[in-house]
Amino acid sequence: MAADERKHGDPVRPAPAHGHGHAHDHDHDHDHDGQPRTPDTNETGYYELMATAIRELLIEKGVITADEVRKQLEFMDSRSPALGAQMIARAWADPAYKKRLLADGTKAAAEFGIPMGDAELIVVENTPKVHNMIVCTLCSCYPRTVLGLPPDWYKSKSYRSRAVIEPRAVLEEFGTEVRDDVTVRVHDSNADMRYLVLPMRPEGTEGWSEEKLADLVTRDSMIGTGLPKNPKEIA
Amino acid sequence: MDGVHDMGGTDGFGKVEVEKDEPVFHAPWEGRVLAMQRAMGYAGAWHIDHSRFAQERLPPLTYLGVSYYQRWALAMENNVTERGYASPEELKAGHAVTPGKTLPRKLTLDVVERGLTRSSFFRQQQGPQRFQPGDRVRTKNIHPASHTRLPRYARGKLGVVELCHGCHMYPDSVAVDRGDDPQWLYTVVFTSQELWGPDADPTSEVSIDAFEPYLESA
Repeated sequence: MAADERKHGDPVRPAPAHGHGHAHDHDHDHDHDGQPRTPDTNETGYYELMATAIRELLIEKGVITADEVRKQLEFMDSRSPALGAQMIARAWADPAYKKRLLADGTKAAAEFGIPMGDAELIVVENTPKVHNMIVCTLCSCYPRTVLGLPPDWYKSKSYRSRAVIEPRAVLEEFGTEVRDDVTVRVHDSNADMRYLVLPMRPEGTEGWSEEKLADLVTRDSMIGTGLPKNPKEIA
Repeated sequence: MDGVHDMGGTDGFGKVEVEKDEPVFHAPWEGRVLAMQRAMGYAGAWHIDHSRFAQERLPPLTYLGVSYYQRWALAMENNVTERGYASPEELKAGHAVTPGKTLPRKLTLDVVERGLTRSSFFRQQQGPQRFQPGDRVRTKNIHPASHTRLPRYARGKLGVVELCHGCHMYPDSVAVDRGDDPQWLYTVVFTSQELWGPDADPTSEVSIDAFEPYLESA
């Protein structure tokens, strides 16, 4: 579970005593079944200090600069699902682009000026017979350059453990209905290929502009845990 | 290594919970850890598989108990000290004692803007490609003590090659400093019943990306 990734105390490193006179959101102190957990403010204190120490040391030693760290963060901040949505919308509107996208995702992303960095992009197409879904069971591989940073649930132990063994149960929890006569294909992105799902174009969108089509493309529909929005929602 | 990080098929972690508003960072230091990790990666200080392996080597209770970016921070601390970019004593003292180690290359701001934060995994082909799309293969039943990208749930299983992605640097070698050791990389598809037994859902399947040394003909 997503919150679980953040709540537990560190069983290895001792945390200092916890004071309440600070401005941290206190809803982290209990999980949903009411069990008290070690508040994550203590660990954050420790890790914040450690991360700062590493950063300042590396800067002092001339290994990195503060500007590089800031710029790097700005670049990652500028990546969002809107980038992937543009590509999907064009593939829906332009059969030639769709062909290029499925043949070489990395090159098709470059057509929008989206760099993939070191990884390769593989685009997998949903059809009336196959529904695709992406996971990384070993770490947290995710097409960050076209979708931005992954949500917590994608990196959670729960999603990583369950997506490959009971994908339909996971889809159900997301409220995503995939009929029994459709094969669910789970892609475990365990090497350095990054996967993006090309969802099916919703019916009732004939003649729509790429811009309007892009509004239908949700992040989860490109991971495969969701579907595009219903055209009626935005018409 | 057969660590707790290899989670595919593990029971007991509960429902997948979607967090309200889905913040990508929960504190500013998390973003700085991510940014430093990418900067050090581009600079050639270590490879992404060194980071992965450093996380896998964390004590199991730590791996399972700390948050995502706490795990990253611990792995980075290990890589920084093990590779001599700073010593544990310096981290404790909070200031440098020795000069910095020279990096293979440096991340500059224009490089960040172009998104070229790391280099490609793609490598020139080494030997002939052993498998073709459509070939039946069996993954090897291997349990290396070091880093591997063959998940436990997919070992010793019968699958079909779907795609060949060319030659890529081999994580199992990279993580233990044995060089790029390029290997052919394939997408291999397994039925859920092959992976999880006859009771598994017959309408689902799983694919992994498998390096050639993970595979044998079947």
